[in-house]
Amino acid sequence: MPFTTTKSAFWMGFRDSAPFILVAGPFGMLFGVLAAEAGLNVLEALAFSMAVFAGASQFTALQLMQEQAPTIIVLISALAVNLRMAMYSASLTPYLGAAPLWQRALAAYFVVDQSYTLSIVKFENEPKMTVPQRMAYFAGTNGIIAPLWMTATVIGAFVGAQVPDSWGLDFVLPLAFLAMIGPMLRTPAHLAACFTAIVTALLAAGLPYNFGLIVAGLTGMIVGAQTELWLERRKALREVTR
Amino acid sequence: MSQFDTLTLWTVIIGLAIGSFTLRFAFLALMGDRAMPGWLMRHLRYTAVAIIPALVTPLVVWPSSTDGVTSLPHLLAAMAALSVGLFSKNVIAAMISGAVTLYGLLYLIG
Repeated sequence: MPFTTTKSAFWMGFRDSAPFILVAGPFGMLFGVLAAEAGLNVLEALAFSMAVFAGASQFTALQLMQEQAPTIIVLISALAVNLRMAMYSASLTPYLGAAPLWQRALAAYFVVDQSYTLSIVKFENEPKMTVPQRMAYFAGTNGIIAPLWMTATVIGAFVGAQVPDSWGLDFVLPLAFLAMIGPMLRTPAHLAACFTAIVTALLAAGLPYNFGLIVAGLTGMIVGAQTELWLERRKALREVTR
Repeated sequence: MSQFDTLTLWTVIIGLAIGSFTLRFAFLALMGDRAMPGWLMRHLRYTAVAIIPALVTPLVVWPSSTDGVTSLPHLLAAMAALSVGLFSKNVIAAMISGAVTLYGLLYLIG
């Protein structure tokens, strides 16, 4: 459907993001609950969600702080989880790079899995969109998700303060991570990276300062990248010999 | 649950805020419309699917609620969450499957 105005582009993005309410709502709340369980007050939990605005990274930091990991390891690990945002930013650049700097700075804050995924598909399918229309669509994809994430965190933090420790919520976080990982494993290379990271994490678990996490994460990344290369070469070779 | 102090918390919040924004803004701000080096993009693609399993695995195999003793309900719940997510691509369905498996088995086995 062609756009006529930047306004309609915004509302298109707004509507397209609706299915993600079902993810951002519960997971924002879960972050609030677990943050409260970890001893954060409502204000601290909200500040966390507003300042960082990246679910997986927030959960990572929360878990490692509870394990009393050194602050530097907390930061490295949580930022490593967010490295994919750099990839998103890089792949949006050809479409949004011509917008004014203040708009790009504002958009950068709102780069999350949902807004990126929706926008990149839209921009690729509709090459005739103007830069302001693209920016409006991107803003629209965050029209619900961003306020919802913050609100859900606050509600969760209030709820979490009432939850007794006996409910055993400490395993909810690992389950949430595993639930997030499943849909990310789209290719054999993703599976290889994941499997390698699991095995290395077990072997390196004895390293001090949670250093095993960094070793396992890096090993997984390298194996993922190498598997991708290997699969591409094999495919190219097959096309040549055919 | 173990606690951490306010200074640590705010160091992490502010550090992550600056770091995350930098990661998100770096290329939108600086790269113009030049293409990224292929090797870098290739590694960035696998960060989340490597770091998150690396973080979760010890928590699953040595759960904190059992004081680190490997437990069948926790292992099976983890497998349920991962496999339902993998095959259904539905995060919420995966989460619920894992939770039902865990609390169901804990109730049955005790």
